[in-house]
Amino acid sequence: MNIFTKAFWLQLSTPKNFYPIAGKLIPWFLISATLLAVIGLYYSFFVAPVDYQQGNSYRILFIHVPTAWMSMFIYVVMCIYAILGLVLKTRLSDWMALALAPTGAAMTFLALWTGSFWGKPTWGTYWIWDARLTSELILLFLYLGFISLNSAIDDPRRASRASALLALVGIINIPIIYFSVKWWNTLHQGMSVTVDKAPTMATSMFTAMMLLTFAFWLYTIAVALMRVRNIILERESQTAWVQDLVKGKN
Amino acid sequence: MKARHKRLSIVIGGLGVLGLLTWLALNVFESNMMLFQSPSDVVAGKAPQGKSFRLGGLVEEGTLERENDGLTVHFIVTDKVESIPVTYTGILPDLFREGQGVVAQGKLENGVFTAHEVLAKHDEEYMSPEVADALKRAEEKPNGGSI
Repeated sequence: MNIFTKAFWLQLSTPKNFYPIAGKLIPWFLISATLLAVIGLYYSFFVAPVDYQQGNSYRILFIHVPTAWMSMFIYVVMCIYAILGLVLKTRLSDWMALALAPTGAAMTFLALWTGSFWGKPTWGTYWIWDARLTSELILLFLYLGFISLNSAIDDPRRASRASALLALVGIINIPIIYFSVKWWNTLHQGMSVTVDKAPTMATSMFTAMMLLTFAFWLYTIAVALMRVRNIILERESQTAWVQDLVKGKN
Repeated sequence: MKARHKRLSIVIGGLGVLGLLTWLALNVFESNMMLFQSPSDVVAGKAPQGKSFRLGGLVEEGTLERENDGLTVHFIVTDKVESIPVTYTGILPDLFREGQGVVAQGKLENGVFTAHEVLAKHDEEYMSPEVADALKRAEEKPNGGSI
């Protein structure tokens, strides 16, 4: 099978073909996510040293930063699927966007929650309306709005189109979140990891953070594939292949 | 032009317009996006008079004084250009230190900023105490200790 041909992608993007492939991939993503998470957590608690200012409380960043990165990254991927759905009218793209949204919302919530519990012992407050925290909260509302709008419209095609447009309008928030600490003054600190210079943290801390980021990434792929399989069964429930599958003929 | 090319150009055009509008809006509201005013802003008269606002900067080294009640503190917030004296009664956050960032909310009265909330701002550098010590020693001896 040549993956560079149009025929390959057309074949793959049919729900009937994608369903079993996704099913085969899920365990691999789950196993590697678990492995990386275990190694990453070991690094976070036993290898990475205490911080010279914050002592142990900084360790919450090993969950906070990966979830915050994923909350933005998932939104971008969701928008790419939304654009594919709008432009190519491929139903599977719409469903992938829908399958990613709950995990994106969960990552955003985790980032806000862990950030809040890090803020109290370090800054002295759980919450402040600075540009970084406020724009991340707006991201949570965007995810929830996307999910709600999708379920509020009965016709699945109109639901996908409306929620895709909402997602695309909301993408403007992603650079705002990312650059907020650079463009304006905030209580939130600046970026430790940027593309143009070395991370401003000890190497073992950086390793732990990256291991957990990849763990969260693989986990996201696994649960999104699980969710999209359910969506496929639901939306294709009238087709012969799903009927056969449910009856156990396959 | 195929239908899907048309749809793609609508999406790209729409995102472009949206980006431009957002950029314009953020420029207009730039001062509202700022969490705090620096001492230079305050000296330049940009801070609201007689109203509560946030002052942010570094706690100047060697300026922290504690009154006998143990709760009232005086310190100077600086941005290394201008400085504003601050007085505050209450519990300071754990990371409050001389030489570290701080964001205080309160009012400016007769040149003294009376804060009712003081928050610590930490930077994006994380390292072990040993490394921090080594860096500090290297800074004290600019020649790296060699004679």
